[in-house]
This record gives sequence, C-alpha cells and structure tokens, in this order.
Amino acid sequence: MVAKIISTFLVSWLMVICTGCASNLVQQKPTTARSSTNKILIVAMTTSIEDSGLLNDLIAAIENKTGYQLKSISVGTGQALALAEKGEVDAVFVNSPLAEKKVLQDGTVMNRRLVMHNDFVIVGPAADKAQIRGKKDAVEAFSLIAKNQALFFSRGDDSGTNKLERDLWKQANIIPIGAWYQQTGAGMGHTLQVANDKKGYTLVDRATYLFQKKNLSLQILVEGDKKLLNLYHVMEVNPQKFPQVNKTAARAFSDFLLSGEGQRLIAAHGKNKFGQPLFFVDGGKTEKDYGF
Amino acid sequence: MNTIVEGAIRAFELLTSGDRDVFQVTVLTLVVSGIATVISLLLGIPLGLWLALEDFAGKQVLISLVNFGMGLPPVVMGLVVSLLLWRSGPLGSLNLMYTPTAMILTQAAIAFPIVVGFSFAAIVSLNPNLRLRLLSMGATPWQVNWLLIKEARLGLVAAVIAGFGRVISEVGASMMVGGNIKGQTRVLTTAIVMEVGKGNYDIAMAIAFILLMITYSVVVSLTILQQDKKLL
Repeated sequence: MVAKIISTFLVSWLMVICTGCASNLVQQKPTTARSSTNKILIVAMTTSIEDSGLLNDLIAAIENKTGYQLKSISVGTGQALALAEKGEVDAVFVNSPLAEKKVLQDGTVMNRRLVMHNDFVIVGPAADKAQIRGKKDAVEAFSLIAKNQALFFSRGDDSGTNKLERDLWKQANIIPIGAWYQQTGAGMGHTLQVANDKKGYTLVDRATYLFQKKNLSLQILVEGDKKLLNLYHVMEVNPQKFPQVNKTAARAFSDFLLSGEGQRLIAAHGKNKFGQPLFFVDGGKTEKDYGF
Repeated sequence: MNTIVEGAIRAFELLTSGDRDVFQVTVLTLVVSGIATVISLLLGIPLGLWLALEDFAGKQVLISLVNFGMGLPPVVMGLVVSLLLWRSGPLGSLNLMYTPTAMILTQAAIAFPIVVGFSFAAIVSLNPNLRLRLLSMGATPWQVNWLLIKEARLGLVAAVIAGFGRVISEVGASMMVGGNIKGQTRVLTTAIVMEVGKGNYDIAMAIAFILLMITYSVVVSLTILQQDKKLL
C-alpha cells in the first residue's frame, strides 16, 4: 500500500516534469524552426573566453544582432584551428598569433582581425622557490624556474597559452623535461587549480586568473613583459576551400565583435565584479600596433 | 567539506528559486537521456529476447560482442558519432552535430548493448519449460513473447535502470557531440565539468546534487515498479 502511494506520487512527479519538458519543447519551437542550415553559426573559441565568463555576456547580443543561432565550441586554440582546417566551424576566436598566421597563409581562414587583448602572467606560490617575483623578463623567469627545478604546470593541450609557453622555453634555450615539469592536458581553469593545489608555477591569462582568484592562493609573480601580451583574433573560415561553411554568418559574427556594441560589451565585462576589465578592446587596431 | 554543504544549500536555492538556466539544463538532461533510453529499450529488448530464444550459428560471437559493448567507453562512441556527423563526415549534410538529436543518438547507442545484455540475461534465466508449456497451451508466438517479457520484468527493469543510469551520468560523449552549448546542448554532467573549469565548486556541487536527486527519483520509481506485482 505504502509502496503504491509512493509510486503514484513519484510517477505523477515525473509526469509533471515531462509536461514541463513538453511545454519547454513547444516554447523552443521558434528556435528549432529557425535552425535550418543557414541559420546556424558554429564558432570554435579558446577556453578562456568561456572560463572567464565573457561568452555568457555575449551570447544573447550575438544572437539578437546577427539573427543566427550560435553554437560555440569551447576548446583550446590548437583544436579550434584543427576544426577550422576541416571546415567544421564557420569562424574561430582564438589567441595564438603564430599558429593563426599559418592557417591564414594556407588559405584555411581569412579576414583575420584583432578583437581584444589582455596579458599573460606567471603565477606561483607565495614562497616563490625560484625567486622570480618582480622579474621584468618572462624568459629569465622561466630560466630560473627550470634552474631551480621548481614545479611548473603546463597545459600541454596545444592551446594558445601552451604555444606561448613552449615558445618561452625555446627562447630560454630550455627543453622542459623532468619531474618538475608536468602537463595537465586540460583547460586553463583546471590547470590553474592543479597548480594551486600542488603549489606550482604556471602561465595563465589574466582574465582566467582574476575570474578564479577566489579559489586560489597563487600570486602574480611576473607581469608586464611585452612577450606576455595576449592577443585575441577572430577569423572566418574560407568558404572557397570549404563550401559548407556559413560565410555570411561568420562575417556577421566577426562584424559584431568589432561593432560598437560588441566592443562595449567586451570592455565592460568584469568591471563590476573585479573592479577592472578582463579584456581590453582593440577594434580597428592590428598586432603591428603592438610591435609584432 | 564546506563545499559539499554549500553545494547542498545552493542546490536547494537553485531548485526553489526556479533558476531558468538550471531548469532548462535539467529538463534537457531528462529529455535527452529519457528518449535515448526509450530508443535503446525498443531496439534492445527484442534483440535480447531473440538472442535468448533462438539458436543459430554465431550466437556466441554475437553475445560476446554485446557483452563487450556493455563496457564500451562512452567517449569512444562519442568519437565515432562525431566522425560520422561532422560536416566532413558521411552524415555531415544532416547538420546534426552539436544538437540534442546527436546526443540522443549517441546515448541510445551507448545504452543499447547494456539493454540487450540485461534483457538476454533476464529471459535466458527463466525456466526453459515455461515457453514450451505456454506454446502447448495454445498461445501464439507473440503472446508467448509478451508473457515471457512480463515474467522477466525484474531483470528487464534492471535493464532500464542500468541503461538510463549509464547515459544520464555520461559526460565525455555528450561533451563531444553536444559541445556543452548554453541553452542548446548543455546537460547536467557537462555543466558540472564546465563549472569546475571555472572554479565555481559550489555551483558544480549544486548541479551534482540535482543530478543525484533526479537519478535517484527515477531509480526509486523504477524499483517500486519492479517490486510491485500489481503494477505490471
């Protein structure tokens, strides 16, 4: 008897949920109807855009202004560019200038435009075993970390951050191997948490660091080196190479990012919460303005 | 420890305040995993029944494949479906990648071997004379099948529980074919991964509580269904 009452209760509860589902599906119908082939916009973005909360601030405006349903795939820059090379996405929004130039030159993408920047910082435990605090040169800081065999966490995922990190090791003439150099193979947020837990150093973009600061005891030890500038570019996948891409959607997306409203939203992101913006807008500028 | 308590409180707040995002994610999770489970049942139970009742060459091979499929890593299934559904893949023109449909297909494929395996075990463990007796009493083959399914309901409900439990808790494949897109393909498990990535442990824990509550409610309902003879 009791079982029957409980089961009746639970079944009716499930039915309520299902009715909710059904009404929800009906509500969503306009979206489904809109989602014919050419109304979908697929963009691969570097993880820091989602992990820093910026994507959340942009989605609604992008969909309203462009009229496209945005499918944003949050992956490392390496994977984002690989998806572009297969024509799986319409546009990419990433942060690894050297890798970007390569796919630009081979015709995979076009219309590479600078959207915004922030900078990378080297963070580490307060004890600072490698004594890098306050160093002005990121390469020197990396050399010191290697020399002291201080624990360093690399993303190891071929992301923009990972590419810059490998470049810094190269400039320091160091091949990072050993127990002190560990690869998480994960996104920025996760890597930062691992470094924090294990009291190691890592390279991180300032936006993700600020966004996660409440959970971290790691401190910013090195900042301000020009080499640590983090430039975010938007690029459209070349429709001549991949006829299936939605070129008008890609253009509408990148145009929006560089429009007055897009730039305003980006510049405002994080100001209230962190007292400083997480990204600085660069509409109309190119990387040459930063001496690249 | 604090995070767990905060998570529980947060989960309660999210549920009672009717947070739209959380509601949407929860509903999508139930819809995707629910439909996927139903598809896997519609295909899996008949196959399990057939495997249990028929003798044919290669039966052992097929059974071993089903058993192998029960342990197939979901993320492998996610990769296979991705390769099929990508624009460059054979089914690319359907534009199913990064949609709930793609997630349903993947989850149904993941649950299918589990349902087949459990159904097979449930039917095969019935008294073999039962079928002969029913046939000799003049039941048609379809009636026999139906009566056997009813007789094996304990094991079959276990198939439902195992299949549903597998897909609702699955994350790798859903992330891959769904893309964890807000408002479109974000389900509870992928939302947890994302919130952990953002360092929002309390929200992640809250979503985890919601996932556990839902899974538990469904399992309890099914268990009652399983135990109560009058209901079936």
